[in-house]
Parts: sequence; C-alpha cells; structure tokens
Amino acid sequence: MTTPLDQLFIKTRAENRAALIAYIPAGFPTIKDCHRVIQAFVDGGVDAIEIGFPYSDPVMDGPTIQAAAVTALNNGTSAYDVLDALEVSTTAGVPSLVMTYWNPIEKFGVEKFAHEIAARGGSGVIHPDITIEESSSWLAAADKEGINPIYVVALSTSDERLERVTSKCGGFVYAASIMGVTGARATVSSGAEGLVSRIRTTTDLPVAVGLGVSTREQARDVAAYADGVIVGSAFVKAILDAPTFEKGLTKVTELARELAFGVRGQ
Amino acid sequence: MSATDASEILGHFGPYGGRFVPEALIGALEELDAAHQAAMIDPAFQNELAELHRTYTGRPSILTEAKRFAEHAGGARILLKREDLNHTGSHKINNVLGQALLTKKMGKKRIIAETGAGQHGVASATAAALMGLECVVYMGEEDTKRQALNVARMKMLGAEVIPVTSGSRTLKDAINEAMRDWVTNVEDTHYLLGTVAGPHPFPTMVRDFHKIIGEEAREQVLQLVGRLPDAVLACVGGGSNAIGIFHRFITDKDVRLIGLEAGGDGVETGRHAATITGGSPGVLHGTRSYVLQDANGQTVESHSISAGLDYPGVGPEHAYLHDIGRAEYRAITDKEAMDAFSLLCKTEGIIPAIESSHALAGAIKVGRELGPDAILLINLSGRGDKDVHTAAQYFGIALDGQ
Repeated sequence: MTTPLDQLFIKTRAENRAALIAYIPAGFPTIKDCHRVIQAFVDGGVDAIEIGFPYSDPVMDGPTIQAAAVTALNNGTSAYDVLDALEVSTTAGVPSLVMTYWNPIEKFGVEKFAHEIAARGGSGVIHPDITIEESSSWLAAADKEGINPIYVVALSTSDERLERVTSKCGGFVYAASIMGVTGARATVSSGAEGLVSRIRTTTDLPVAVGLGVSTREQARDVAAYADGVIVGSAFVKAILDAPTFEKGLTKVTELARELAFGVRGQ
Repeated sequence: MSATDASEILGHFGPYGGRFVPEALIGALEELDAAHQAAMIDPAFQNELAELHRTYTGRPSILTEAKRFAEHAGGARILLKREDLNHTGSHKINNVLGQALLTKKMGKKRIIAETGAGQHGVASATAAALMGLECVVYMGEEDTKRQALNVARMKMLGAEVIPVTSGSRTLKDAINEAMRDWVTNVEDTHYLLGTVAGPHPFPTMVRDFHKIIGEEAREQVLQLVGRLPDAVLACVGGGSNAIGIFHRFITDKDVRLIGLEAGGDGVETGRHAATITGGSPGVLHGTRSYVLQDANGQTVESHSISAGLDYPGVGPEHAYLHDIGRAEYRAITDKEAMDAFSLLCKTEGIIPAIESSHALAGAIKVGRELGPDAILLINLSGRGDKDVHTAAQYFGIALDGQ
C-alpha cells in the first residue's frame, strides 16, 4: 500500500530533485488562519506539508516553534483542529503529515489517531520522541491504517541503531542535520551529508533533512544529497516577524517559491 | 504498550517508565546506563561514594524521635530520618555525588541540572565544585524569585543559573530547557537529573543513589524500637526522597508506604500538584507515568506552595507502586503542610523544608488513624532555611525585624 507521500518521492526521484516539505503548527497564528498558511504553501509550490500538533512541552523545538506552539495552545487548538488542518492540506492535493510529540497521540488513542489520519487522507506521522522500543502499538496501528510512521534520527545515532530504526520507518527517514533543536541557522551542519549516506546503507527509503534550513541556497546544498528538505522555523518566523498576517502570508509564499527553486538545484 | 516492549529494554515498572526521547539522546542514555550498571557492582566506585558520604555528606544521617510533635499525631511514635542534616540541607546530595562521580568516569566535563526549590541545583553546584566540573542550572524564572537565597548559593558555588522564561516558568519548563541543552551538547555534557523521573536509566539510577536512606533508617528503627515501623511516610513531587526511603521496605509487606503529594489549594480545585491522586497515565519528560494533563494530552500547570513539589509528573516507579497497591498516595493541602511546618518548629525546634512538611502533615493524619501503638518513620528530606521567606510571608512574620 502506498501513500501520497510514497508517490511523491517516486515522482521527485524520477525528476531527479528533492521534495520540499513545509511545516506549520495547527492553530497558528489562529485556527482558521493556519488554513490560509497551508494555502500559501500550496501557492508557493511546496511538495508536502507537515501539520504540527502544538504541545506544552516541546523539548525538540527552539524558541521560534515554541512561541508558535504557545500561541496555538492559547487559541485552544485541539486534536480535531490538527486533523482539520490536515484535511485542508490533503484536500488541496498535497501529501500531508502530522508531526507530534507522543503524549497527545496516546491521550487521543493510538488506534483512533492512526485511523483519523488515514480517514482524512493523511500520509503519515512524524514522531520525534517515541523510540522504536516503545512503538509496538503505534506501528501496529499505522500498519493497519496504511500510513507512514516516520522516525527522526540524529548525528549521534550509531550505525547499528540506524539499521534498527530505519527498518521500522515508512515514507521517509527524517535526518536531523544538527545536534540541537529546531530553528533557522546560518549554516546547515556539514555532518548532515554523512548522516544521510550512513542512512542509505541501511535502507532504500527516501531521506529528508530537517533542522536549520531556511534559505534557497541551503535547500540547494541539502537537495544535492537528500531526497527531501524540511523547513519549519523559517516559515513560522516569517509570520511572527511580519507587521500583518497578510504580509506574512505573502512572505510565506515567496519563501516557498525560493526554496522550491533550491530543491530543484537552482 | 505491549509485553514485548517491556522485554526489549530495561527500565520499565509495569507499564510505566521506558524511554520517550529524541534519538539524539539514545547514545548518551545507553552510555549512562552502562556506566551506572558497572558502578553498581564496582567495589572501587562504591567505596569512593561511601567515603564521600562519610566525610562530606555526613552520613549516616541520624534518626530523631519527635516526642512533643507526636502528641499532636495521635500519640504514635514519630521517628524522623534527618536528611535535612546532610551537607547542602537535603537528601539531594546523595544522588548528585553519585552522578557526578559517574560523570567523571564517563569523561564528561560539564553538568547541567534543573531545579525547582533550588535544593537539587545547590547540591549539583556543590558536587560540581567538589569535583571540578562546569555546572549550569536551569531554574524557572518564577522559582528564582521564590527561592532567591538558593540562587545566590548556587552562584557562590560557581554555577551559572539560567532563569527559564518559557511555559509556566517552573520546574517543568526548567526540565524542558535542560533537555534542549542536553540534545545540543550531549557529547561533553551530562544531564544530572534530580529526581526519579525522566527516561531510563534515570528512575532506576537516582533510586539506587537514594536507597541508602531507607537502608540506614531500617537499621536505625530496628535498633531503636526493636521492630519495623507500621508506616513509612515521605513527600512526593518527582518522588526521589520517597523512593529512597521506601525502597528497602518494599519487601517488608507489613510496612505501609505512604507518599504525600502536594494538594495545593485542594485537589478538587484543580490547583494542585498531586499527580497520582489527581492525574492520569501519560508521557512527560521521557517517561510514562502519571501526568497532570488535559483532554488533548497537554501538560497542565501544577500549583503548590512548595517549589520542590510543584511538578505535574511523578516518577514511574511510584505510578507502579500505586497501581499494584504496594504504596498509598494522599494529597496534603498547602494549609495542612504549613500547619505541620509550624508545629514541628514549635514542638521540636526543627525548621523543616515545606516539601517535607507535607510528609509531616501526613504523619499527623496517619498517627491519629493508627493511635499510640503505631510507629511511623518519616523522611525529613530537607531543612527549611530556604523557605524562611515563603513561610514568613505565609504566617505574616515581618522580615525587617519589626
């Protein structure tokens, strides 16, 4: 069974380019306006969209996404708002994922969550804080619903462990480019390329690189060795820094267009 | 969560515990686990730690019978395990010396720590000074105000204190920030977690460094009264002092183990930190346990007059001991704790930490339930010097000498 995400990577590989994956937390800047950000992503030509499930204790996130999560939680964003945002994205015809810490899934109900993702056309879930050792119920649910379970691996992940983690992955392997939290950085770590090639010795799955990518040039550099480029904080920051939401939306579309050139090696 | 999960890695207590962390930390946790397991069976390590406890911590800590206090507790015999007399003023030193020694064994030069009341931060800063390690302490901005004295102590000891301004600005957020630091600097940094929560091996390792409390106390009680106590009582925030005194008694089936959680304004008000009494199973800070959370799995802010108990999670072993019925957990309100605080001051000449005052309040209740034949062992986990400001404010005592 293949998901829209699986099909995307078949397509981008055939086009000999990387996919651009954009992130926005549900409920940010408001529950409704998040839907307009999703449209701005589509207008800018992103290939896939990650809807973040805002969480009270996001230990993998830097100040930018933390700030967005606080806003989203203050807006009262619920699991159903996350799923609704996912549906807006899938309805726009874009392969779509949810990125979430584990506890909201457990609280919602593991099987129910997987079912809702699939029912709304979602391709999978990125879950940065659940280890393969704790995953059996999730993997069974994801398998049953035909969605991709996506693990995040790190520069510090040993070869032996990479093998074990990637064997449980679906869709793509998320390679964290740096040791650290999310957020735009001046340079993307040189270690990322090495990690991607280590991952490739363990799996044929596509590999997408995230953490720190914010510019066309960085996207182009990463696209030279990865199948996907993940950008989150740069989009959130564009909205946070804009004098009005409308201007923020314009900026999001412009940034997406720039990054879309980057992932095509341009 | 299935049985096969539990068999794959250690560190589960029934359905609780485990590891819910970014992959970036797995290597460090495995390294720490190996170092901990090796140290537990290494006589040289054990001797070094025991010598430090003898000559630096001041162990064994004594047992004090609180006879005048006992008159208010149904006449039951009240035996206080005096962890408040340890160097740095609480049980926290037991764990930090152990982990600081492990840090050196792993060849790391920098420790980071979170702190709520400041006791663990002070203990960490102390161990870092003693062993020549760099030390950074994350502390919620709210707590730096409540516990200004401990902030000054940490700085005097050479530690850097970073006020955390995210989220609720308390212990929970200090842990988040420490985890972010650790994810970034894991190569040369050890996260010296201060309680029996967090990902494996922390709940087991921190317990192992604190179990000396119960081992000593059991001997001391037998020597003093010739039998085991009817109940062992301790306050529970994350739960390190409680596991420390409970552990040796777990196999003594007739000894009741009673954890006293921070009931704040009352569990029914929603303004409390009684995680087992008022929470539900979930995942927080790398472990599955009871959590104060809402319908969407978002952590709910906790409330307690005691900064050290003001935490919306609890160690996974406590969750398990609760579920299997081996330990009982009750909530003590701010008012009950402060009444017990005042009572111990005035009947025994001992100023207890507000955290420990929750255990004392529990002793008053349980003593009245069991009557004069009962023998209760209470972990007096910390001294109250750090709480003078909070207590003075609570009791309306002026701090300007008027």
